[in-house]
Amino acid sequence: MSKTLFDKIWDAHVVSSVENGPTQLYIDRHFCHEVTSPQAFNGLRARGLKVFRPELTTMTADHNTPTIDQDQPVKDPISRNQLDQFAKNAAEFNMPIFYPLGHEKNGVVHIIGPENGFTQPGMTIVCGDSHTSTHGAFGTIAFGIGTSEVEMVLATQCILQTRPKTMRITYNGKLGTGVSAKDLALYTIAKLTTGGATGYFVEYAGEAIRTMSMEERMTVCNLSIEMGARGGMIAPDETTYTYMKGREFAPKGEEWDRKLAYWKTLISDDGAVFDKELVFDAADIQPMITYGTNPGMGMGIRESIPTMDAIDEAGRISFKKSLDYMGFEAGEQLLGKPIDYVFLGSCTNGRIEDFRIFANYIKGKKKADNVTVWLVPGSWGVEKQIREEGLLDILTEAGFKLRQPGCSACLAMNDDKVPAGKYAVSTSNRNFEGRQGPGARTSLAGPRGAAAAAVTGCITDPRG
Amino acid sequence: MNKFEKLTSTVVPLPIENVDTDQIIPARFLKATDKNGFGDNLFADWRYEKDGSPKKDFILNNPSYSGSILVAGKNFGSGSSREHAAWAIDGYGFKVVVSSFFADIFRNNSLNNGVLPVVVSAEFLAEIFNLVESDPSVTLTVDLESQTITNNSNGKTENFDINPYKKECLLKGMDDIDYLLSKKDLVLQYEANRTL
Ligand code: SF4
Repeated sequence: MSKTLFDKIWDAHVVSSVENGPTQLYIDRHFCHEVTSPQAFNGLRARGLKVFRPELTTMTADHNTPTIDQDQPVKDPISRNQLDQFAKNAAEFNMPIFYPLGHEKNGVVHIIGPENGFTQPGMTIVCGDSHTSTHGAFGTIAFGIGTSEVEMVLATQCILQTRPKTMRITYNGKLGTGVSAKDLALYTIAKLTTGGATGYFVEYAGEAIRTMSMEERMTVCNLSIEMGARGGMIAPDETTYTYMKGREFAPKGEEWDRKLAYWKTLISDDGAVFDKELVFDAADIQPMITYGTNPGMGMGIRESIPTMDAIDEAGRISFKKSLDYMGFEAGEQLLGKPIDYVFLGSCTNGRIEDFRIFANYIKGKKKADNVTVWLVPGSWGVEKQIREEGLLDILTEAGFKLRQPGCSACLAMNDDKVPAGKYAVSTSNRNFEGRQGPGARTSLAGPRGAAAAAVTGCITDPRG
Repeated sequence: MNKFEKLTSTVVPLPIENVDTDQIIPARFLKATDKNGFGDNLFADWRYEKDGSPKKDFILNNPSYSGSILVAGKNFGSGSSREHAAWAIDGYGFKVVVSSFFADIFRNNSLNNGVLPVVVSAEFLAEIFNLVESDPSVTLTVDLESQTITNNSNGKTENFDINPYKKECLLKGMDDIDYLLSKKDLVLQYEANRTL
């Protein structure tokens, strides 16, 4: 029988099925960070349990960490306590893969996974962070879980999940010049709304996806959750294998050959049936910007915010609340609006390619004086590459500084907070009220849009 | 986890759509290493002024509205996977959240903490909002056993869906970890049989 990519991976991980209930699913790789895990380790302690398969968990501190002076003790005592607790849990439960602050492999959980070869096609991957969907770019079933589920994985290497429905989104043709993977994702979310894919696992397909680099594919899969999807995935191909080969935890030698033969079977068969299919034309996609307080409130950068009568009645209170928060008017354009902050980073756009795009755009230009710019690499690996490729020189020349890796202003748990009322153009994934600091006003864009805003000081079409 | 009992209560209405988990519990409150105290910061940025005093116009600060049922607009709980959102709702004292649509992870997280998400039709939801606006004493009855929710002021009842396994868990106060621990031998077998 024809199977989808999703079906093939799911079926290979079913340990048992609860009668009339969820599936007991085996997890190949668990990523773990300091914020959503402490209560899970406490749970194990309370039940007197050990971690069942410690070598299948990768631990990194990222959400709550400063992006300057990482060699100094963390100033915020509550953050420090959480980081100390994380280290204590790693030691007490004998976790062999632990990258604390300052470790050369430390960085944002969804960046270091692929970077070190933990993420491999055909796997089931979970993490107590909704953007775990990022790993789907390698042809995996990867999704975010809550802390109770983190405890389940630590205790049994399994979780209970109801099988989601499947959706395939196909993008015909190629993206236009100056249009990025981020734009493709924001365009899709704007079309589907933030709940449009709830209950589904999405497979991305079509020429625009096949011609993308791994970094771009990760950006697309990363944002799946923003339309409510459980996760997103892309069938592996030569691009995937070339990216993976030689990475520390990737298979080697004979094992590589054996796995490769299996990975090549990981495609949706002809005739496989999806619960829902959508098709878009890549040429319709413009550089995007968001004007509201959820990622579905996005538009082409030259378009105008919808007028009130375009919004259905039940949604008007929320729409108005959202625009009031942002200080924008229904029907207006955003081009040329002055901004105060720019953030390049996060698991959405904190990879080397994002820094290449940014540096390439600002080369020979100068940072706008009125803008504070936070350039935060996703990991020390990315940081190193930025130096090695000479991008740091370009950035410095134009008046920019590089910070140290972490989630940073993506969720503003550390000191990188956009002040109340200030405008930020951000390459992260959420423009929710207060996401980048209480009262902060966020417009999401791609790395090129962020670069354009950083040199002009206002919202600018990155195509010039 | 506590057992879920049949419940009749007044409601707290929040007629806003797409309430995300960053609103339910903002990230800066996620530094705790235990599950206690999140209820005090539920909806913190909507509920408190900068100086910590209550914002008068927010529903949780309106003494006319109270109860253990939160009724919210469509697509409640989108965004982050933080279970702290469910701990905050539970910690505040809500046992049930009613909406016409829930985000996936939030729904799972609530169920894992004994908070019941009840999906009702858009009409049923709109009626509750209309009725409670003028009369805060309106009550709802939620009966998990029969999977029904009743609006006691107009007598309308709807059935809601819940996975039979999850229903049993809630009724018995049992959680997934207990279940999974009882299946350890199957995991060992699965690992032993794996070829890839
Ligand atoms: S960068 Fe943002 S979305 Fe990504 S893992 Fe960190 S907090 Fe989560």
